[in-house]
Amino acid sequence: MELNQLTIHELQEKIKNGDVSAKQITESVFSRIDAVEERVHSYIRLMKEEAFAAAAKADENIKKGDVKPLTGIPIALKDIVCTKGVTTTCGSHILHNFVPPYNATVVEKLKDAGAVFIGKTNMDEFAMGSSTETSWFGSTRNPWDLERIPGGSSGGSATAVAADECIASIGSDTGGSIRQPAALCGVVGLKPTYGRVSRFGLIAFASSLDQIGPFTKDVEDCAIMMNVLAGYDAKESTSVPAEVPDYRQFAGLDIKGFRIGIPKEYFIEGIDPEVTAAMKKAISVIEQSGGQCVEISLPHTQYCVATYYIIAPAEASSNLARYDGVRYGFRASEVRDLLDMYKNTRMQGFGAEVKRRIMIGTYALSAGYYDAYYKKASQARALIKRDFEEVFKNCDVILTPATPTPAFKIGEKTDDPLQMYLSDIFTISANLAGIPGISVPCGFTTGGLPIGVQFLASHFEEGKLIQVASAYERNAKIEKRRPAL
Amino acid sequence: MEFETVIGLEVHAQMLTDTKIFCGCSTKFGAAPNSHTCPVCLGMPGVLPVLNKKVVEFAMKMSLATNCEINKSCEFARKNYFYPDLPKGYQISQYADPLSEHGSILLDVNGEQKKIGITRIHMEEDAGKLMHDEHNPVSYVDLNRTGVPLIEIVSEPDMRSPEEATEYLKRLHEILVYLEICDGNMEEGSFRCDANVSIRPRGQKEYGTRTELKNMNSFRNVQRALEYEIKRQQYLVENGGTVIQETRLWDDAQGATNSMRSKEEAHDYRYFPDPDLVPILVDQLWVEKVKKDLPELPLVKRERFVKDYQIPAYDAGVLTADKALANYFEEVVKICAKPKAASNWIMGDVMRFLNEEKRDIRQCPIAAESLADMIRLIEEGAISGKMAKEIVEDMYKTGKSPQTIINEKGLVQITDEGELVKTITSIIDANPGQLKDYRGGKEKLFGFFVGQVMKATQGKANPQLVNELLKKMLAG
Repeated sequence: MELNQLTIHELQEKIKNGDVSAKQITESVFSRIDAVEERVHSYIRLMKEEAFAAAAKADENIKKGDVKPLTGIPIALKDIVCTKGVTTTCGSHILHNFVPPYNATVVEKLKDAGAVFIGKTNMDEFAMGSSTETSWFGSTRNPWDLERIPGGSSGGSATAVAADECIASIGSDTGGSIRQPAALCGVVGLKPTYGRVSRFGLIAFASSLDQIGPFTKDVEDCAIMMNVLAGYDAKESTSVPAEVPDYRQFAGLDIKGFRIGIPKEYFIEGIDPEVTAAMKKAISVIEQSGGQCVEISLPHTQYCVATYYIIAPAEASSNLARYDGVRYGFRASEVRDLLDMYKNTRMQGFGAEVKRRIMIGTYALSAGYYDAYYKKASQARALIKRDFEEVFKNCDVILTPATPTPAFKIGEKTDDPLQMYLSDIFTISANLAGIPGISVPCGFTTGGLPIGVQFLASHFEEGKLIQVASAYERNAKIEKRRPAL
Repeated sequence: MEFETVIGLEVHAQMLTDTKIFCGCSTKFGAAPNSHTCPVCLGMPGVLPVLNKKVVEFAMKMSLATNCEINKSCEFARKNYFYPDLPKGYQISQYADPLSEHGSILLDVNGEQKKIGITRIHMEEDAGKLMHDEHNPVSYVDLNRTGVPLIEIVSEPDMRSPEEATEYLKRLHEILVYLEICDGNMEEGSFRCDANVSIRPRGQKEYGTRTELKNMNSFRNVQRALEYEIKRQQYLVENGGTVIQETRLWDDAQGATNSMRSKEEAHDYRYFPDPDLVPILVDQLWVEKVKKDLPELPLVKRERFVKDYQIPAYDAGVLTADKALANYFEEVVKICAKPKAASNWIMGDVMRFLNEEKRDIRQCPIAAESLADMIRLIEEGAISGKMAKEIVEDMYKTGKSPQTIINEKGLVQITDEGELVKTITSIIDANPGQLKDYRGGKEKLFGFFVGQVMKATQGKANPQLVNELLKKMLAG
């Protein structure tokens, strides 16, 4: 096995024993990038120089015996988190030259934990998409089938881990943007509770739904990443000062006596039969592991997608108003007056999907429509949240498919936004309710495409998610495969 | 036709906090452009606001001082519009749920009290400032002011004349400054006012169509703009026209209001609750704590001055218009126990000196103790009122105590009868002609003798004593 194929905990072991240096690990990652990046296109920007400098520093620290949780571990960052001095584009033309003057809180935390940043990963423009096809920098491809999409919007972060172009990565999830690509690329992806991981420095798409989380090669790595990422941040008003447990201790626990809810609304017509079959198998693995599966109901599930596609665009229409060409980023040339500058800058700077959502959001907030759309959606959201609160009175976690189908072909849904929106049908509810969710690999289709199972838990119960996901991972004994790139 | 004017005012007051409302940048006025900025107030991608709690407390003070009910829960909303001085493309303000509502203040209108309702008080952030190059087609933006905390105080349409509107503004201004939450500087824009004005035939219940006036940066301009606008509206209506709902800008040089945008062009601000901020919960305990720290307000102080010091309402009004002035007065009275004399000296000479140099009482070189001493010296007859006039001017110029000035100038009043008799005797001896005429019935010459005595004593003679002695001695 090459170093770049190993997990964080495997590398930690080797570093501790003095078997490998941070430099060697970084070299291994970059040689893999050299070999496959052209085909996969995980990254918008590589940070090779910075990475080797960080690795050299890590090696110095290792020599001194100063080894932190991520010392020398190559991490990729979605190009939506601000990195001081390193261009941060959000996958958009309008920010193609934006260099943040500050670091996102998660970037600071990862840096403090010793991480080596490899680069900024590709994404749907402003995280609006489920396929990484709306990026101004071109599509990312699924390592398992280069004709197919990797999911999105954090597609590049998912493929970077799946194709071993890094050890772990950071994504953001507004409606499934971590869990859906994780499922389609066969890696672990976790969206934490809203308020658990700081959003400071995360370029906002929909502020009440956005959350940063990790992509990893296994569940234990996910716990290691959460130990670094989670915690209160005084720079964010919606950050919650709840205690952060040691997530790693949940990774080895069994789930005897766990009650696992199976929501009937999530097993509907239209799901790929191979996905349904994989879920059946997952349920039996859970039961064999000592979990008790019970059917539950989340009656307002049918309103999730509609609710989401009011609230998210409404917030986005306001969040994206700052891209006006006045102070940073792209500004249209040859304009007659101020209005002209605004119009041309935004017309040329934003892609079609972003414009579509700005228009939907602007409409939903307009005088005379606010009550019918935004207000109604907020009320529906409260009901959706209550559904979960009711269910979690009797369940530890909920099990659902992460996506209705495996990865689809590039270009297949780009002309049909509604079909594209439906690929997040099982992940959106967690964002609306603010609860955590994890996607874990649960096998392959006959065509060799990964399938993911999703577990959801109540607010701040990431520990339970790690517990059930790791028990599942241990007992399911999913065949270890690597994409044939 | 006789018309009635209806005016409602929206006042924006900058809060005197050290730092901005959602970040740690300084709020100081006059710094180099864009030097008081950070990624948060610059609206960089990815930044988040964190509320400065002091702003809530300041706004609570104003709410309590204007009898508003403070809501148990309120929230911030985004007001969306594009302008280069607004880096986020939205202003964080309050909309559906303001901090406080249903207040009022009392005005003195022609000797009668009138209550003006306050609809609401809410918090928001200020925008930046644009500077346009006069010679080139370029505009610059200074974002130092971006994020400086504001409160907006919205009145009910309760005012019926420009005078009432100005009076209301002055009272609000006074309260804000009293509370030490706003410096009240209108020229620097710390206290700004927009006016909604309409007219209706007297007796009509429904309001007429209103226009909104902006860009008035002094009390005088508010009054002028309102007067102009009322005349404009009346002229329109009387000549078969109609007032249209629009925003109009006051042009100081031109002395007129001009249309800025019509209702059709009005922004749809698309307000919605700001998801980056959490609702503000205000419990009774917090309200009580803020209430306890409230200073005595102008109206209460005014009434107390009339009652406790027995000074005219007019005096009380002048003295309490500025909290520092009122404090100065009280200090003086505490020492000399002569309220009316203190009021006269302060409102007269002291304020004249200050006004001439555009200073306020905080910069007054005359210590309260010195003024009190001087008043005491007059009462004791040690100095005359005329001498005091000279002394007080010296006190203002030098900051010295009255005793020091008296000593230095040898200004002590001559009250020694023996000494004065001697002086008068020699004057009478030196002016036999005048004495003869006086005794012959030319009583006007009495003044001549007084003058001579004063001249001989360099004005130090006690005038009352001089009068008495002269009358006796001239009579022979």
